Amino acid sequence: MTELEEARERYCADFERFKQKAARNGGGWTYPLRKTAISRFAEVGFPTTRDEEWKYTSVAPIVKVRFRRADPRPNGVVPRALAQTGAGELAKNRLVFVNGHYSERLSSVGSLPGGVKVESLAAALVNDPAAVEPYLARHASYQDHAFVALNTAFMEDGAFVHVPKGCVIDEPIHLLFVSTSNGEATVSYPRNLIVIDSDSQVKIVESYVEVGGRGYLTNGVTEVIAGENSVIDHCKLERENETAFHVATLQARLGRSSNFVSHSITLGGALIRNDVNVMLDGEGGDCTLNGLYLGTGERHIDNHTRIDHMKPHCVSRELYKGILDGKVKAVFNGKIVVGKDARKTDAKQTNRNLLLSEEATIDTKPQLEIFNNDVKCSHASTIGRLDENALFYLRSRGLGLETARALLTYAFASEVVNQIKIAPVRAGLDDLLTARLQKICQA
Amino acid sequence: MLEIRNLHASAAEREILRGIDLTVNAGEVHAIMGPNGSGKSTLAHVLSGREPYEVTALLEMAPEERARAGIFLAFQYPVEIPGVSTTYFLKAALNATRKHRGLEELDAMDFLALLKEKTALVEMDQGLLNRPINEGFSGGEKKRNEIFQMAVLDPKLAILDETDSGLDIDALRIVAHGVDQLRNKDRATILITHYQRLLNYIIPDYVHVLFDGRIVTSGGKELAHELEQRGYSWIEERLQAGSVS
Ligand SMILES: Nc1ncnc2c1ncn2[C@@H]1O[C@H](COP(=O)(O)OP(=O)(O)O)[C@@H](O)[C@H]1O
Ligand SMILES: [Mg+2]
Repeated sequence: MTELEEARERYCADFERFKQKAARNGGGWTYPLRKTAISRFAEVGFPTTRDEEWKYTSVAPIVKVRFRRADPRPNGVVPRALAQTGAGELAKNRLVFVNGHYSERLSSVGSLPGGVKVESLAAALVNDPAAVEPYLARHASYQDHAFVALNTAFMEDGAFVHVPKGCVIDEPIHLLFVSTSNGEATVSYPRNLIVIDSDSQVKIVESYVEVGGRGYLTNGVTEVIAGENSVIDHCKLERENETAFHVATLQARLGRSSNFVSHSITLGGALIRNDVNVMLDGEGGDCTLNGLYLGTGERHIDNHTRIDHMKPHCVSRELYKGILDGKVKAVFNGKIVVGKDARKTDAKQTNRNLLLSEEATIDTKPQLEIFNNDVKCSHASTIGRLDENALFYLRSRGLGLETARALLTYAFASEVVNQIKIAPVRAGLDDLLTARLQKICQA
Repeated sequence: MLEIRNLHASAAEREILRGIDLTVNAGEVHAIMGPNGSGKSTLAHVLSGREPYEVTALLEMAPEERARAGIFLAFQYPVEIPGVSTTYFLKAALNATRKHRGLEELDAMDFLALLKEKTALVEMDQGLLNRPINEGFSGGEKKRNEIFQMAVLDPKLAILDETDSGLDIDALRIVAHGVDQLRNKDRATILITHYQRLLNYIIPDYVHVLFDGRIVTSGGKELAHELEQRGYSWIEERLQAGSVS
């Protein structure tokens, strides 16, 4: 039996053990869904590099580890350790999850307008199935993504956010995922469901940090359902350590005239795969997908995006930038599909990469599939090094080589950072980047 | 201040500077004139430590070390640097230089006051300082920004590479006035120019003609006028006739 087949059986067997627990915990109504998802996984198994969507990313390092499902360990993180990551202070409203499980003690939610729900998904599955069931797993497809299928089968907790019609929430809502470790390699399956009804507005920050966790796997799925005329700002900050595996899908469905902005910032991890998929499913929808990935050492960072323009007059803007040092391997794959009804589509995609070392590599690929003639679509990708003229200019004024390199690298990143509208996130990221880049440029 | 003997520089296996002697003392202004491609910018760049020229007769010093020691180059083609504001970078540059000279870093208030004073010198819009360096600046704004930075950094040896080229007469007057104001007994200045017109505003102590990587003739300011009237071909003819050594 190959390693892949063995792993497939291992996960399927684990599901047999897990399903009793899932039923016992009260979300029994999810069982058919979980069962369908694990059956699908049993059929397709883990992807290989023969898979078009996984051509440049081998999941072998993940497959060969025997992860144990992470238990709830609400006392596993002391607030002080969390505070040291700086992640806790981003927003007044925060739900904290330790190894994928909600920690009431570490969470705090300020006063929110009536009818707004910001709570643990585990609780909502039990107490509020009517609010969850119409949306859960209806958008993130487990049919063609093994990790989404596993998440759907094994999901236990995450955030459930529901903003009713006509409600504007100014304060960002921070979903903070913290990983600890007791020496074992664990896997968690964070699952977030964000439902924003028409005319509402919300800012969501999803961050992943580690407090001593090592060698663990985060397999996350976030579904965003944006109603008509809604405005959603989503920012994901991935800043785990160089031993962490992280595979995640963000799936958004945008209603008529809605506006969705996503920033995906990847600063850590050993092997990272992000899928960001947006379905522009109503006329006049507007989406911005930005990303920044910074890699050092031997990390592998894969960003896949897919935007489906299904309806007329939708706009999509995409800017992903990568800073790659050491022996990092990065992948960017940006797919834009324009359906036959999507006339007057306006799509623009840009991927820029800055290589700081000889050995770092990037495979970048735009993929445009256009089934309507009345559209404006463009894409560009570049791979380059620091501009020698700019370096000399800065040095000729007295800036040291390292400072000049760090400054130019920071400037490259700032085009993405400056677009983040949530001020504390932008400021925190600025500090993190400045420190990281100084370190990288000294080496 | 600056003394170079038999300076050679080559790039891409081609010798560009072919033995230059030049002595510049504190307080003096030297104009270096020459046709396109004669090596003027190369001379400016190697004096500032630009790589990767193969150079003889100069100390090995990185560009930032030269800058901190007091060399300033006003670029012929100032570089646009997206994402870095002039204020931010100039503060870092000034403080690096001050540190090198054993001075304390300037605090934000003093720095702002300094910026205000020096922008006035070149009639520069202060709003430009918060924009990315030179990005979207007009030609005149870029050149003013160079002289403004020079004023802030207060160098001992200023090298101005065709700061006058491409400027309309108003911008030229402002830039030249700025440079002239910065003239003092401690500062040496090398004015590289293609045209004589800058020298109507800044009277040089010496004029040198650079031709094909060599200084072929030197003189006082009247040499510039002669060049203006007779053109660079005059130099060429004299060279061929063997009357210039
Ligand atoms: N880095 C370089 N590599 C190759 N050739 C160069 C380089 N720098 C300058 N040159 C060449 O040297 C000659 C002199 O250039 P430059 O110093 O810019 O002249 P000027 O400023 O007098 O117009 C030109 O022919 C130019 O193409
Ligand atoms: Mg030149």
